[in-house]
Amino acid sequence: MKGHDILRVTAKALIPLILLFGLYVQFHGDFGPGGGFQAGVIFAAAIILYALIFGLDEAKEAVPPRALELIAALGVLLYGGVGIVTMVKGGTFLAYNALDPAHPTHGQHLGILLVELGVGLTVTAVMCAIFFAFADRGRRS
Amino acid sequence: MNIDVGLFNYWVVVFLMVAGLYTVISRGHLIKKIIGLNIFQVSVFMLYITMGKVSGATAPIFSETATAYSNPLNSVLILTAIVVGVATTAVGLALAVRIQEAYGTLEETEIIEMDGGE
Amino acid sequence: MPELVNIALLSFLVVITVVIIRSRDLFTAVMLSGIFSLLCAGLFTVMDAVDVAFTEAAVGAGISTVLMLAALSMTNSKEKVHPTNWGALIVAVLTGALLVYGTQDMPAYGDPGAPVHNHIAKRYIETSLVEIDVPNMVTSLLASYRGFDTLGETTVVLTACIGVLLLLGGRRREEDDHEGS
Repeated sequence: MKGHDILRVTAKALIPLILLFGLYVQFHGDFGPGGGFQAGVIFAAAIILYALIFGLDEAKEAVPPRALELIAALGVLLYGGVGIVTMVKGGTFLAYNALDPAHPTHGQHLGILLVELGVGLTVTAVMCAIFFAFADRGRRS
Repeated sequence: MNIDVGLFNYWVVVFLMVAGLYTVISRGHLIKKIIGLNIFQVSVFMLYITMGKVSGATAPIFSETATAYSNPLNSVLILTAIVVGVATTAVGLALAVRIQEAYGTLEETEIIEMDGGE
Repeated sequence: MPELVNIALLSFLVVITVVIIRSRDLFTAVMLSGIFSLLCAGLFTVMDAVDVAFTEAAVGAGISTVLMLAALSMTNSKEKVHPTNWGALIVAVLTGALLVYGTQDMPAYGDPGAPVHNHIAKRYIETSLVEIDVPNMVTSLLASYRGFDTLGETTVVLTACIGVLLLLGGRRREEDDHEGS
C-alpha cells in the first residue's frame, strides 16, 4: 500500500494517536470504561494498521516476533508474580491488601494497576503475534 | 414513550442461538461454521447483559448523581467470555488454514470423501 | 426512547443474521459479521454495560474481522451450494420453540427485584468503593474480587497464542519434503 498517499499520510497521523489512546484506556480503567483487555486490543490494532499500510517486514522490524513472544509470557508472569508477592507478604494468593498493610486501599490500587498492566501486555503481544503468524503463512503461499 | 419491551430481548436471543446452531450443523464450509459459532456466542452475551440491566439505573461506575446502578457482575463474566471467544476463533481459523493446505478444500463433505468416506 | 433504540437495534441484528447465513460469498459474510459486532456494541451500551461494549467493539469488529479476512485470503472463499438440510432446520426450530417456552419464566426486562440483582451483586456494589476505592465497579470486580478468574483468562489467551504459533509458525510441508528425506 506504499503507493497510496492518502492512506500513508493518514496512517502516519493516526497511529501515534491510537497508541496514546491505548495508553489512556489502560491506565484510566479505574475511572471509566477500560482496562487491560481493551487497551491491549487497541495497541494491537495500531501495530496491525502499521503492518497493513507500510508492509509486514517493516512492522516485524519495529516489533520483532521474538519480543512479542517474550512480552506475552511476561504479562502472565507479572500477574502471577503479584499473587506470589502477596503470599510472601503474609496474605493469601492475590490478596492485594497485603501489599501495603498500613493502607489497604493503596495496596488494592497498586495490585490492580500491576495486574491490569500484565493483562494489557499479554493481550497486545498475543494479538500482534497471531496476526503476524497469519500474515507470514499467507505470504509464503 | 413507555414501550413495554417485555420478553422481546429474550426472543431475539433465542433466535440468534438457533441461527448459530443451524449454521454450525447444516453448513459445510468450515469458516462458515466458525462464523455460526461466533453468532451463538454473541447470543449468550446478549442474554447475560439483558439480565443485568436495571431500569432507571446507570452504568456501574460510581458517580455522585446516580441513584441506582446496573449489575456489574454480568459485565465481568461477559468480558472474560468475549476474550476467550476471540482466542477460540483464532485457533479455529489457524486449524482451517492448515486443513486447506493439507486437503486443498474446506468443504466438510469433500474432506470426509478424501479421508475414505466414513 | 431507549426502549425504541433497543427494539430497532435488535431488529437490525435479526436481519443481518439472516443475511449472514444465506450469503454464499464468505467475504460478504465476514464484513457483515463486523457490522453485527458493531450493532452488538451499540446494544450493550444501551443496556448499561459500557466495558463490555468497548471490548466487543474492539475485539469483535476489529481483531476478529482482521483474522477472518486473513484466513479467507489463504483459502477458497465461496461456499458450495447444498440443498436445504431439513433435518437440521427442524432440530433448530424445535430447540428454539423449547427455549421460547423457557423464557416465559424470565423476570421482566429491567426489573430491579430480579434475583440476579439481590444477592452478591448488591454486596459488591455497596462495598466496592469502601474496600477498594476504585470508581469503576467492573474493574474492581475483574481485577480484585474475581482476580483469579482473570488470571485464568489471561492464561487462556496465552495458550491460544501458543496454539496458533505452533500451527502456523513452522515451515510448510512442501519445503520440508524438498530438503530432507
